[in-house]
Amino acid sequence: MTLNLDPNIADPDGFYDELLAAHEGLSKAESDALNARLILTLCNQIGDRAVIRAALRAAR
Amino acid sequence: MTAIFDTPLYPYVRHPDQDRLARDPVIIVGAGPVGLTLAIDLALKGVKAVVLDDNDRVSTGSRAICFAKRTLEILDRLGVAAPLIAKGVQWNKGRVFFGEREVYDFTLLAEDGHKQPAFINLQQYYLEAALVGRAQELGVDIRGRNRVMGLEQRTDYVSLTVETPDGPYLLGADWLIACDGARSPTRDMMGLGFEGRVFEDNFLIADVKMRADFPTERWFWFEPPFEGAGQSALLHKQPDDVWRIDFQLGWDIDREAELDPTRIRARVDAMLSSQTGTIPDYDLEWTSIYTFQCRRMARFRQDRVLFAGDAAHQVSPFGARGANSGIQDVDNLSWRLALVLDGRSEALLDAYATEREYAADENILASTRSTDFLTPKSQISQIFRNAVLDLAADHAFARPLVNSGRLSVPCVYPDLADGLTGPMPTRPGVACVDAPVGAGYLLDHLQGFHLLALGCDAPDMLADNGIVVTRIDAALTEQIKARYLGDAPSALYLIRPDQHVVGRWPNFDETTVRNALRAAIGRE
Ligand SMILES: Cc1cc2nc3c(=O)[nH]c(=O)nc-3n(C[C@H](O)[C@H](O)[C@H](O)COP(=O)(O)OP(=O)(O)OC[C@H]3O[C@@H](n4cnc5c(N)ncnc54)[C@H](O)[C@@H]3O)c2cc1C
Repeated sequence: MTLNLDPNIADPDGFYDELLAAHEGLSKAESDALNARLILTLCNQIGDRAVIRAALRAAR
Repeated sequence: MTAIFDTPLYPYVRHPDQDRLARDPVIIVGAGPVGLTLAIDLALKGVKAVVLDDNDRVSTGSRAICFAKRTLEILDRLGVAAPLIAKGVQWNKGRVFFGEREVYDFTLLAEDGHKQPAFINLQQYYLEAALVGRAQELGVDIRGRNRVMGLEQRTDYVSLTVETPDGPYLLGADWLIACDGARSPTRDMMGLGFEGRVFEDNFLIADVKMRADFPTERWFWFEPPFEGAGQSALLHKQPDDVWRIDFQLGWDIDREAELDPTRIRARVDAMLSSQTGTIPDYDLEWTSIYTFQCRRMARFRQDRVLFAGDAAHQVSPFGARGANSGIQDVDNLSWRLALVLDGRSEALLDAYATEREYAADENILASTRSTDFLTPKSQISQIFRNAVLDLAADHAFARPLVNSGRLSVPCVYPDLADGLTGPMPTRPGVACVDAPVGAGYLLDHLQGFHLLALGCDAPDMLADNGIVVTRIDAALTEQIKARYLGDAPSALYLIRPDQHVVGRWPNFDETTVRNALRAAIGRE
């Protein structure tokens, strides 16, 4: 598997809404914590260390 | 305090060497777990080493308590494991807490078909007493109250000045092995540094003796909720109804105040009553504050002086790698030293240094990672650490990320070619994985250089450069197949005296095996 940097999410506006909605009403600290939990959960889903490393690079 | 601390096990006796100029092939400085293990291993190989220690008994108080499988396997090879395992505590239930709440619990299931358990908890002084007993049984010359106070490297020997109750004497050694602990006077006398990444912390250790039943479980807290309990806390059981409690207090503390028994009792009370609401009856057996650093010497061999154990490297306590890795140092060193004394290449000793420096780096890395998880160094690392703990409460995937110390596992020595498409856990460089063989176990048969022939032919023995390699046979049981063959129909393993795999191939090929053996003894 390689990191997919092409559009891959159906209904991008709907996804973006959902992401922001998850943070609604949270303090900065709670939002930071949620983001961290989300990243860890998604990384586990990917599993493949090479893909995770490529994503870390792309994000940085 | 137990009487064992107060009993001289190798009291000072005036030695004839004090009235003459003597020279020994091997002198070991330090009768701690590492020096004693080395002396026993050498004695079993026919080398009589002299052990000098400035004390005459086991180390006082509470030190290592967790001994891992590889250490037990080495001790078994030396004939000391059985009584220690009988005495030791084996636990398998652990509970992890984060602040007020219990995040999860786990049950450790050891893999089947190993002679030794995954680890035992046992006070270090029991190990030391057993090692002293075994060494004495083998006739090892342990000289109590013999303090090394001067050292000079000459061209072909090392000259020592040793202080005794009757005054100083001179002693020469072909090889000096410094097993004199973290503050190694040998290292200092030679003006050598102790380098590496420094991590500093203080740990309050309390050994408490319970007067009533208390569960045999390991409890670990991240951010313990009890006042003054520091950044992490750990509770686990030792023999004799003694429980070890560690509080990680951080670097800037008032040692005096922290050691006040009332203050210690307050936190211990809070911890012990946290799950039941009642404070059990207990005595404080031993309390102390320890400081840890992670570092190692640049080179473990300095000409005719070799360093092993805490003298060579120090790690934080997470993962119990101090004594465990020190014992593996001398497991690696003893057969090499015996061969060098027998006229083989000193390259063997350089290889000791290289392999064990590599192992020390691995142990330091493992304990540094645990430390970073326990004591997050930045705001974002704190956020991730807490996220892992929160997720671990509900989801299994996050639990392997929780790092409160990884149990010591033997190092896989690098740079050895693999001639077989076989199972990874038995690739060249590893310590052989145990498995039942006949009425016993594979490791029972591994004391020297061996060929392990599985489903292929090999000679009964092979001699090369004066080294005799003997063949071991093992029936192709399911466990042997899974651990040593995988999908391969047959395999030939070459194993060295410390039970590490030198090489493996589908079949016996004499030239290949001889070349691998010569490389292992430093004769390309
Ligand atoms: C609180 C605590 C908990 C620990 N927990 C664990 C654990 O669970 N598992 C684990 O594997 N490790 C653990 N360790 C580490 C372990 O105790 C050490 O790694 C181990 O004792 C090192 O053994 P050693 O033989 O190298 O040195 P030491 O045990 O320090 O022995 C050195 C010896 O050298 C002698 N000596 C010193 N100077 C001289 C001199 N000038 N002349 C003659 N003799 C001299 C000393 O008297 C001493 O007997 C722990 C340590 C502490 C403090």
